[in-house]
Amino acid sequence: MKNIAIPIFVGILFGIGLTISGMTNPSKVIGFLNIFGKWDPSLIFVMGGAILISLPTFLILQKKISYPFFNKEDGFQKISFKNIDSSLLIGSGLFGIGWGMVGFCPGPSIASLSMLNENALIFFVSMSLGMLIKKLLN
Amino acid sequence: MNIINFTPIESFTGGVFIGLAVAVLFLLRGNFAGISGIYYNLITFKKSGFLWRLFFIIGLIIGPIILKLFNYQDLGFEIPHTNILLIIIGGLLVGYGTQLGSGCTSGHGICGIGRLSFRSIAATFTFILTGIITVLLLRFLGFINL
Repeated sequence: MKNIAIPIFVGILFGIGLTISGMTNPSKVIGFLNIFGKWDPSLIFVMGGAILISLPTFLILQKKISYPFFNKEDGFQKISFKNIDSSLLIGSGLFGIGWGMVGFCPGPSIASLSMLNENALIFFVSMSLGMLIKKLLN
Repeated sequence: MNIINFTPIESFTGGVFIGLAVAVLFLLRGNFAGISGIYYNLITFKKSGFLWRLFFIIGLIIGPIILKLFNYQDLGFEIPHTNILLIIIGGLLVGYGTQLGSGCTSGHGICGIGRLSFRSIAATFTFILTGIITVLLLRFLGFINL
């Protein structure tokens, strides 16, 4: 249940959401970032719809139950970071530059693999390499 | 202001699906659905939790295929340019940047903001800002025509 059924169900739900919302279309993402030109505000509605569900989940529901339904042994994942530091800002800044260059972030890039589009695959391989470079530099 | 291709209903509906995915994973299994972190831990073979990460990523790939099987008309797919160098550099920056900054659009933008984390709000503000500047520059340099 906790290692196969739940994650595959959640992954499918996430992939369907990314596709319906238009996040898997790089043109729409770049259209959202193009606020000084012809602007496509749709992405605000993606984040709005998602946060509408995630916010009460973390702020209300989590407090009503003491452990995740199918994972009492591990409990809720905890976040160890607290402060806004230079790694957070520089990393996010670099991510935003790459995001603006192509219009893909990690989720949509993975969810688009089944398109077998050459440029999308090149992006996916480069993104994976970028992550491995970070691992090697650690 | 000049607004184009605006799809509030589809985008909101998709957003709700994403939010539900985040909620289900957290309430049933206790994990944050930050995709860059899940994928990074998978490809660097982090031992604990390998199996659930693998099946999450498989599900992420299957989701759009299921929509296609039902002949769902999605909002299309197009990269506004075909410059291979931009695509490679963009990919490297997304991969490296999300790991240095500990998260992407899902981890910071949806999970983090959902927790009202100041770190994630700062991160989201930063990547949207540099994204906007990048698109402005690409337009100015003639790489994209929007």
